[in-house]
Parts: sequence; structure tokens; C-alpha cells
Amino acid sequence: MGKITDTPISTHTCYHCGEACKEDILHFDQKEFCCTGCKLVYEVLSDNDLCSYYDIADSPGINQKNSAKRDNRFDYLDDVDIIKKLVDFRNEDETHITFYIPLIHCASCIWLLENLHKLNEGIVSGRVDFIKKKVQVKFAHQKVSLKEVVVLLSKIGYEPHINLADSERKTVSPSNKRLIYRLAVAGFCFGNMMLFSLPEYFAEAELLGNGFKKTFNYLNVMLALPVFFYSATDYYRSAWISIRNKAINMDVPIAIGILTLFFYSLYDIFLLGNEGYMDTLGGLLFFLLIGKYYQQKTYDTLSFDRDYKSYFPIAVSRVVADREEVIPLSKLNVGDIILVRNEELIPSDSILLDGEAAVDYSFVTGEEVPVIRKKGELIYAGGRQKGGAIMLAVQKSPSQGYLTDLWNSDTFDKSKEKGLESLATKISGKFTVTVILIALSALAFWLYLGEVSLGILAFTSVLIITCPCALAMSTPFTLGNSLRVLGQGKFYLKNAQVIEKLAKTDTVVFDKTGTLTAPSQAKVSFQGEELSQESKSIIKGLVSQSTHALSNRINAWMKNVIPEKLVNVEEVHGQGLRGVYKDQEVKLGSASFVGASGQNLPEGGNLVFFSVEGNVLGYFFIQSGLRKNIDQVVKNLESERTVHLLSGDQDHERDHLKRLFGDEVKLNFNQSPKDKLCYLSALNDEGATTLMVGDGLNDAGALQESHVGIAVTDKVSNFSPASDAIMDASVMDKLPAFLEFAKTSRKIIKASFGLSFTYNTIGVFFAVQGLVSPVFCAILMPISSISVVVFTTLSTNYIAYKKGLKEKIF
Amino acid sequence: MEVIFILIAISLILAGSFLFLFFRAMKGGQFEDSHTPAIRILFENKQSNNSKKVPTPKSK
Repeated sequence: MGKITDTPISTHTCYHCGEACKEDILHFDQKEFCCTGCKLVYEVLSDNDLCSYYDIADSPGINQKNSAKRDNRFDYLDDVDIIKKLVDFRNEDETHITFYIPLIHCASCIWLLENLHKLNEGIVSGRVDFIKKKVQVKFAHQKVSLKEVVVLLSKIGYEPHINLADSERKTVSPSNKRLIYRLAVAGFCFGNMMLFSLPEYFAEAELLGNGFKKTFNYLNVMLALPVFFYSATDYYRSAWISIRNKAINMDVPIAIGILTLFFYSLYDIFLLGNEGYMDTLGGLLFFLLIGKYYQQKTYDTLSFDRDYKSYFPIAVSRVVADREEVIPLSKLNVGDIILVRNEELIPSDSILLDGEAAVDYSFVTGEEVPVIRKKGELIYAGGRQKGGAIMLAVQKSPSQGYLTDLWNSDTFDKSKEKGLESLATKISGKFTVTVILIALSALAFWLYLGEVSLGILAFTSVLIITCPCALAMSTPFTLGNSLRVLGQGKFYLKNAQVIEKLAKTDTVVFDKTGTLTAPSQAKVSFQGEELSQESKSIIKGLVSQSTHALSNRINAWMKNVIPEKLVNVEEVHGQGLRGVYKDQEVKLGSASFVGASGQNLPEGGNLVFFSVEGNVLGYFFIQSGLRKNIDQVVKNLESERTVHLLSGDQDHERDHLKRLFGDEVKLNFNQSPKDKLCYLSALNDEGATTLMVGDGLNDAGALQESHVGIAVTDKVSNFSPASDAIMDASVMDKLPAFLEFAKTSRKIIKASFGLSFTYNTIGVFFAVQGLVSPVFCAILMPISSISVVVFTTLSTNYIAYKKGLKEKIF
Repeated sequence: MEVIFILIAISLILAGSFLFLFFRAMKGGQFEDSHTPAIRILFENKQSNNSKKVPTPKSK
């Protein structure tokens, strides 16, 4: 968010949060604090002998200046239904609950949160997961209620995030864990089988005598059973499903290979008394599962499937017969009267009954300057109230609003796997058919010559040796490694398949506000009388008192101005700032607030007027600025793709954008969230492969409808709508390079396919002649797998390095 | 050479018990958070001298 950069005036820093104390310094216990909030936290901690908190890391605290304080805001936590949804576990004495606390940032945080039992004896323990920023609290609910725990946490500066999505979706399915179990079993069996097979390779078993040889073979069969019946089950299932759907994926040839290996080895060991290929089977599964594990890397700390529920509040204050009560959002009905306070979210489309509404829709549209609404006007859900409390009459239930209605469209029901089949899938179909044809013709050839047993050997050998181990590994390793490289570049993909989809996109659609433009890049100009140095200092003094988006921009614009000390500075919410300087009243704000006439004013931006004693000196004209190098990005993308732009704004910026991006870009204005969704589905119907880049909730439909949706966010851990990828706004200018890299990944996969085809050709050459022995298998298989893995890893790293996405090759 | 059978049995049991221990560690969540324990071990267990002054959180 827009952080005010200015030079520290004093060298005093707050003992708690470490920020420079700008205004009054509070002294307590011979320490300096910047605000009462920070001092309060220190008092609580020192009362309870928890000051080690300050020894572990320097100034570990979180600034308490802007924390909203209201006593009853956690009242909904007394509601039994909500408690039930939130807790992990509860019995007669104890409750376990996991909170998400984004403010956890250092060792001191861990220490304090794990010593919660010293603050309240009802709390049994706290346990922090630093990476996930979660803390599990166990408490005795007879001694302390859930609400009191949350109040305590927010009192010491660690307010947990509690939202609807948490309460509805509990723990994620442990599919990743299951894969690790399978991998462990395969690894265990493979390792032991190799031990028993090794004497075979060097003909040592002969020396030991026949009894040993047989025993080793039987032991191998025994060890192959868990591999065949446990580790490999996912492949059978996936192959069966794909055959039923009449589409052959990579798992079909793998499943055929596994089955042939297993049953031919059984036949070989028990009926022919030979050694079989069980060790090859174990190795195959082990390598395959490693590849799968590599590809399954997920970003635990990021959420890719958030919808509006994870953003909306869990409870609202309802007014019934002049009495205020806090109810869960799910119990809110049309016609209810609700109360929304400063910094609270408007949960449903409602009509303003009372109060001054200044609504900040930054999470919805990306525009953070509040919109002013008057009594009787309709306010859409999703905005945040800035200013005093307002009374609203609910018009639509929270899930049926202008914005949330998006999630009721079909787009969110169907999964996104449409149309785009992956490279591996495409190749594996042809591959399987070819292999089976070769095997059959080898069989036919030997049968024609009358060599039945050699024919069967050749037939099975072809199936075994071409078992597409290397083929199946090239994709997961290339994509898995690319995923990691992109993640290091602050571009986080939901899964590896997104890379392949990304490479195929031919149409890029941008959202304008918040995606192409950034608050920090605002263009500010002053129109009117020339400002004297003194007036500039006065303005700076005014805006540095306010956290309003426009104040921040003016403040950032006046970087080097030294603020003047003003008295009686007051912020009128939704209007402006007022202060007194040398007995003169100065005002900064909207036209009506300072008393300026509203004629001949420019459009397409925000106006902030400045007056001294009622004389309007002029106004600031503030336009949202484009992100750095964004025109280069667009021009770069245009060379290979068509670029579209969607904006919810009026089209007053059309000419400006046209000049910047060129005529090729298709500009669309006045787009509602639903329009954006329809625009994308129209493009898809025309056969385009679409990439949507957006940021706010209003892009959620379009992000979902597109083939690949990228959510841009200034802070990755912040809220972002459901998408396939999350991109840190600071790397926006690398988007063309990312797309280029995704394309190269595909080329690497193709090249490694070529490599493994070479191995297969060699293998088949021997196999059709019936010359394949277990030793031959045991050597060729690991060589082909390992060389493919090394090749893909090295080449992705090298290309990332060459494209400037990575600083070092390793 | 019959001793090999015993050795094989021992080696399988040994390796099998490692597998079992790994499974148990997985189930117990030892691999879920690999960062925090590294920090946690550095905290000193200071004995507090003004003990038991535990106020209940009063809503202010």
C-alpha cells in the first residue's frame, strides 16, 4: 500500500514497533513509545513478566497507531454456531483452534504467542507455524471463552484473521501426504530388491548355489507386492479413467508397462525359474513417484481459490428496536438494518439510511480513493467504509449482490480443465499405439518363423523396455523446476499445468485499475496560483496527518517539503482536512468543503482543493498513474499476441491510453464485473486462448473464465481473488519474459522427449530380437531416467538465467 | 552360508522398522513445519521471579 516516505524528523524510535516517533513521544518505564497502542502492549507484557519479547528481536512489535478499537467487534464469537465452525477440536474441558495471524514476522512473535498461557491461565498452550503464519491455541473453555482469547490476541497486537471461508472449509485433503507414503513404500521395496538382485547381475548367485537364487527371487516377489498393490494404484485408476473417456493419457502406457512387468516376472520366476524383472518394476515406480512428488509442489502459504467469502466479514452489527446485536452474516436477511463503522466492510447491497458514506472499493476495483454516497443511495457490497458509522437497509442477501452474484454463474461450477490438453497427453496417445504395434509385429514375425517362446519374450520385452519412464518424467521435472524458478521470480503458479497453458495463450486481457495503474505511481499536478514554499509546507503538514488515499498521494508528491506545524488539524471524513496555521483557517478537500465553484474543471481524475481563510488558491489534479514500464510490457506482448483492455471506468482516458499502447490494443470501458466475464467467454468462443490479468474481486469472473487467470497484488499474502497464478505487482514488467520462459519450457519437454525416444529406440532394437535381459533393463532404465532429469533441470535453470529471471544458474 | 537367511531377515526387519518410524513421524506431523522448531529451540526458559500475577483480560 502507499507508504509515506519521508525523512525521520526525530531520531527517537518506538521501543515497541521500532518506527520513528513523529509526534508526541510517550515515556513509560524509561522507554519511548510512538503511540498509546504500543505503550499499552508493552504494559501488558511487562505486567506479566514477558519482556523477553523485546530481547529476541529488535523492536518486534507491530505499530498500533491505526488499529481499530471497538469493544464489541468480537461479539459474534459468542455465537455457538460460529464457534462450532471455527474450532478444530472440542471436548468437555479443552478447545483447540487454529488462528491465521498475518502479522507473525519474527522470532519474538513466536515466543510471545507460545507463552500465551502466562497471560491468561485459561490458555493451555499456543503453537506457532511460522511459515503458514498460523497459531494453534488450546484453552480450557470453562475458564476463558473464545472471544476472550481473540480479544487478548488483538490486545497484544496479534489480531487473528477470521473469515467466512475458514469457517466453511476445514482442513485440506491430504493427497500430498498419501503420495509421500506411496513414495516411501516404493523406495523401501526398490532398495531392498536391488540388494537381492545385485548378485544376479554379476552371476554371484550361481556361486551361492541354486537355493539362494530361488530365495532371492521369491523375496523380490514379496517386496514387489506392496509396490504393485499400493504404490502404483494411482496409475491404474488414472489409466482406467482415461480409457473410459476414450482419451489416452500418459498413465496408460505406464499402467500397461507395470502390468506386463509384474505378470511376466511372475511367469518368469515361478514357471521358468528365471530371475524376472521385479527390481526394474520397483525402480520404475520409485522414479515415477519422485517425478510426481516434484510436480506436486504447492505453495502452502498462498491461496489460489479464494472467493468473496474469504474477504467478507463473518458477522455484522444489526440494529433491532434501537438495540445493537452482532449476528453471523449467514443470518442476515433482506430488510434488516445494519450498522457499519469505520474500516468495516459493507456486506450486502444496501440503501444508505443515515450517516456519511465514503466507501473504499480498492479490493473490488483496485481504486482506493473512496466514493462518496448520499442518503437514500444504493451502496454495493464489497466496499470498506471510511469515516463515521453508517446505517444501512439491506436490499439483497450477501450472496445475491451486484458483485457476489458473479459466483452464482456457471463459470464457477465447472472446473477449468477445458480443451487444452498437455503435450504429454498428446504424445502418449501416439506413443502407446506405436509401442503396441511394434510389439505385435515382433510377435507376428517370430510366430511366422515358428519360434513361439521367443515371440512371447520379444512381445513382452518391447512392452517392458519402452515403458515410458523417462518420457513420463520429463514433463513433471521440467514443469516442476520451472514452477520453482517462476516462484523465485515472485510469480506463483497454482500448479505445473498452468505453465503449459501459459505457453499457449494468444490473447492477453488486462484490467486497468489496480493492474496497469498503481496508486504509488499517481500523477499529481497543481492548478491555480503558484504555491509558495510556505503554502507547500502547510499542505504537507495537513496531509501527513491523514491516511486518506489522496493525502498519501499528495504527500508522496511533496517528497522533499518540510511540513509546517499546524494546530487543530481535523479530518472530516469524506470531505477533507481542516487546520489552523498562524490564526488562519486552511482547508484541503472537495470543492464543496472548501467552497470552490465547480466550473471548468478537468475530468478523469480526482480534485483536491486548497483554501486559506475561504480563498481558494487552486486544486490538485490527481490521476492514477500507470505502473513502471507498462507501455513496454504491452508493446512487447502485442508482437505475438492480441491485447485487450477492460476497465470499469468511464472512457475519458481512451485517448491517453491509445497514444501509449498503440492502436492495436482493443479498449473497452464501462465494464461491469459480469461484462468482463462475458467478454472473456466471447473471446474463448472465438477460439482464442486467453490470459486474463486482473487484481480485484470485480475481475474474479473474468479470471475464472479465462484459460489462465493471473491475479496481481502488491502484497502476495494479501487478499487476491481466485486465480491460476498470483503475481507480485513489482514484477509486472517481467510478464513478457515469464510468458517467453513458459514457451521455452515446452521446448525443453520436447527435447527431453527426443532424448528418451532415443533410449527407447535402442531398447526396442534389442527387444524385438528377444535379447533383453534383466541386467540390461536394470542398466538402461536408471540411465535414461537420470539423464532426462539432469537434462531438464539444467536446461530450465540455464534458460531462466539467460532471460534474467534467475541470478545464478544454481 | 545359511547364516545369510538370518542376516536377510534381520536386514528386512530393520529396514521395515525404519519405514514404520517414518510413517509414524509423518502422521505425527513432524514434517509439516520445518521452520518454527529451529527458532523455538533457541528460546531460553527463563524462570520468572515475580510469579503468578495473571490478570484475566478485562474488556476495556
